Amino acid sequence: MTRSFDVSGAPHMPPQTTVAKVMLQVLLALVPGVLAYTWFFGPGILIQIILASVFALLFEFLMLRMRGRPLKPFINDYSAVVTAVLFALCIPPLAPWWISCIAMMFAIVFAKHLYGGLGQNVFNPAMVAYVVALISFPQAMTSWLPPLALAEQSLGLVDSLSVILTGQVPLAGGWDVISQATPLDTLKTGVEAGRMLPEIRNTPLFGDFGGKGWEWIANWFAVGGIFLLYKRIISWQVPVAVIGSVVLVSLPFWLADPDSNPLPLQHVFSGAIVLAAFFIATDPVTGCVSNRGRLIFGAGVGIITLIIRRWGGYPDGVAFAVLLMNMAAPLIDRYTRPRMYGE
Amino acid sequence: MNSSQHIERAQEAGKRIHHFHGGLRLKHHKKISCQDPVERPPLPDLLIVPLLQHAGDTAEPLVHVGDRVLKGQQIGQCQPCAAIHSPVSGIVEAIEDRPMSHPSGQPGPCVVIRPDGKEQWTRLAPLTDWLNASADDLIAQMQQCGLAGLGGAVFPTHAKTRDGRERKTHTLILNGVECEPYISCDEMLMREQPDKIILGARILRRALGAERVVIAIEDQMGIVQQALTGSDEFAQSENITVVKVPAIYPEGGERQLIQVLTGLEVPAGGRPSDLGLVCQNVATSAAVADAVTAGKPLIERYVTVTGNGISHPRNFKALFGTPVSHLVDCCSGYTKDVARLVVGGPMMGYPLKSDDAPVVKASNCVLALSRQDIEEPQAEMPCIRCGECARVCPATLLPQQLHLQITNDLWKDVESYGLSACIECGCCDYVCPSHIPLVDWFRFGKGELRKRARENEAAELARKRFEEREARLIRIKQERAEKMQRRKQLLKDKALQQDRIKASIQRAENKTRARAKDPGEAQDGGQSHDS
Repeated sequence: MTRSFDVSGAPHMPPQTTVAKVMLQVLLALVPGVLAYTWFFGPGILIQIILASVFALLFEFLMLRMRGRPLKPFINDYSAVVTAVLFALCIPPLAPWWISCIAMMFAIVFAKHLYGGLGQNVFNPAMVAYVVALISFPQAMTSWLPPLALAEQSLGLVDSLSVILTGQVPLAGGWDVISQATPLDTLKTGVEAGRMLPEIRNTPLFGDFGGKGWEWIANWFAVGGIFLLYKRIISWQVPVAVIGSVVLVSLPFWLADPDSNPLPLQHVFSGAIVLAAFFIATDPVTGCVSNRGRLIFGAGVGIITLIIRRWGGYPDGVAFAVLLMNMAAPLIDRYTRPRMYGE
Repeated sequence: MNSSQHIERAQEAGKRIHHFHGGLRLKHHKKISCQDPVERPPLPDLLIVPLLQHAGDTAEPLVHVGDRVLKGQQIGQCQPCAAIHSPVSGIVEAIEDRPMSHPSGQPGPCVVIRPDGKEQWTRLAPLTDWLNASADDLIAQMQQCGLAGLGGAVFPTHAKTRDGRERKTHTLILNGVECEPYISCDEMLMREQPDKIILGARILRRALGAERVVIAIEDQMGIVQQALTGSDEFAQSENITVVKVPAIYPEGGERQLIQVLTGLEVPAGGRPSDLGLVCQNVATSAAVADAVTAGKPLIERYVTVTGNGISHPRNFKALFGTPVSHLVDCCSGYTKDVARLVVGGPMMGYPLKSDDAPVVKASNCVLALSRQDIEEPQAEMPCIRCGECARVCPATLLPQQLHLQITNDLWKDVESYGLSACIECGCCDYVCPSHIPLVDWFRFGKGELRKRARENEAAELARKRFEEREARLIRIKQERAEKMQRRKQLLKDKALQQDRIKASIQRAENKTRARAKDPGEAQDGGQSHDS
């Protein structure tokens, strides 16, 4: 007796992974860094992550609706949450709530969906969000906190929430008591004021290499990044190129004049270099596809960051560097096609 | 490296194991079908022998409805393809379109034979003294016996051997690397008939004019290695080596296997014979031995019937034309949750709509998968350019870019990014987190490239024709103008001559008149006329 079957193309095996699983692993890899962040700077970051995620999902939902796309697969792919978490990690922990709202609107509506949605965006949405917020609201975006160990006063979960929602600091002295310039800021203004580096670094704000607390957060981000490397979610080329180029390019400057140029490792462990090397520049959608292309892309991010730190107007330049390299990615891809079999 | 250095390195084939780019380590699933010895299933009620079993054209039937055919009698012919023979003795019931085992899923012309159970052979013509036979005779025997590559590509063996001989092959590679999961027919054949495989290899080597034979098997086939190297034929032969290679899919692909054995890549657009190598499947080699030493045409093959959808998986030696349903019945039928029927392996096999399709030369495996094996089809997501596809691609292509180019009609880029080098192994498809059916897209893209090449050719031809016509028209016009000119000249000349004649006549008349008046002047007039 003959029997009929459904037909479907090869391969006839269940797929190994899904976009959602990839994104979840990225989120999982961020956990150690986020915990370290909370440990050193208080619970503000957790509130920011939740806020940004809620806004991101809200705009994702609205845009999918408007574009007539199926909701379920795209809401459940966690890509909007990854964008939100990466953004939240870049802003001051007590930044007002509406910054998240405006920034996530730019990330999800403009940077993502107006370019065609998941997989089609040219620019890294989290970095677009960060740059829009930084340029539009410079004061709110630079009101950083000192590490808890150095703070005279610190805020708990409820107080942090109230600061984020109301902008009012419930302490005598207000913002001035709790906010402090970042190590990179201190460095930049110090050097510009003609002070020597060892002198600047001789404040409690600095640790072994980068800022106190910051360098340990960077370490924990690196641990998460190594997990992603192990799981082959990211390839080694981008992180190696970002960190390698920062070290190699800053080394001769430091050797020539250690009084006004920071130690290469200080560059690596300050600001967002480690986070960018493992989590931001590795975004596959806006990066390069070939291995050689990824090396060039990563090196570009590292070098542009250094240029902005040294000669630019901002203390850190990772976001600008990533966006500039996003623009260059298609061109790099064009010239770095790998050799085909038999070619 | 130039080509002579390449060939020198190719002669070292198998001495060192190299790597190929990408690939996957897959679960084997082979043991379940290797428990029982291989048997012939009982004769089915009807055998359906498709006339299209090779790469190339459909064969012409040589028999009519109602004819009695003998086992091994040629029933289809196709130049320059391989011949098709009757697998049984019996009566031709019909020659009609039936469902075939073919990736297209379309029905095609088949010869339907009802066996009479007598298994009466036609007269066979072996080349018993093959050691003294010429290469041409050996190659002709392969064609006469309908031999074709049994690894799945079914390229006619005689054509490959002739090409290999003409291009000075030095090494014959026998491919025993069955890298797709589930399939075990070659493994069983190597275990059970090592002598025949090695005899076939010697015959092929002689026909090719090659010196060495390298038999490649997977590193987990310990029993196979013992069987091959322990066989009598192996002990009597020289220059035959058995090489174990690591089991990474798709290592059984010709180009990947050559890379693993030699470290060289077959040039793009070229063939293994460019390196002085020819690859044949181990089953083809055994069939060569049968065809040459016994004169037996290719009418049966080892087939694996396996998968979680089969009650008792095993291997058969099945006649071509045996319906798949008959083999499944001989394995105690399907299990309850069978969901998909595939010919070939899970990575590259094609699905069957119905199990009345027959076993053909290309059918190495019938795979019945259960619902758990294939999982519900999931929503296709957009490409996130994660690059996993490029990491596993054995042809070192960029599948994500090719997909983008195909879906955006960027055909020039598709060509320059090397779509034609794609071997459709399915690795990219399998690892894609967005579940994009990449191989389907690439097949479509290849078809589109072929179509565009044909259209280009036609357009080029039309342009040439137009230009030639234009040139011809101009030439004709010119010729006509010249002709007219000549004619005019001619007429002018004629008119001039006429004028002259008239003038002469006039003068003559004048003269006559003058002579009539004064005959003394007549002499002068005559002189002037002569001048």
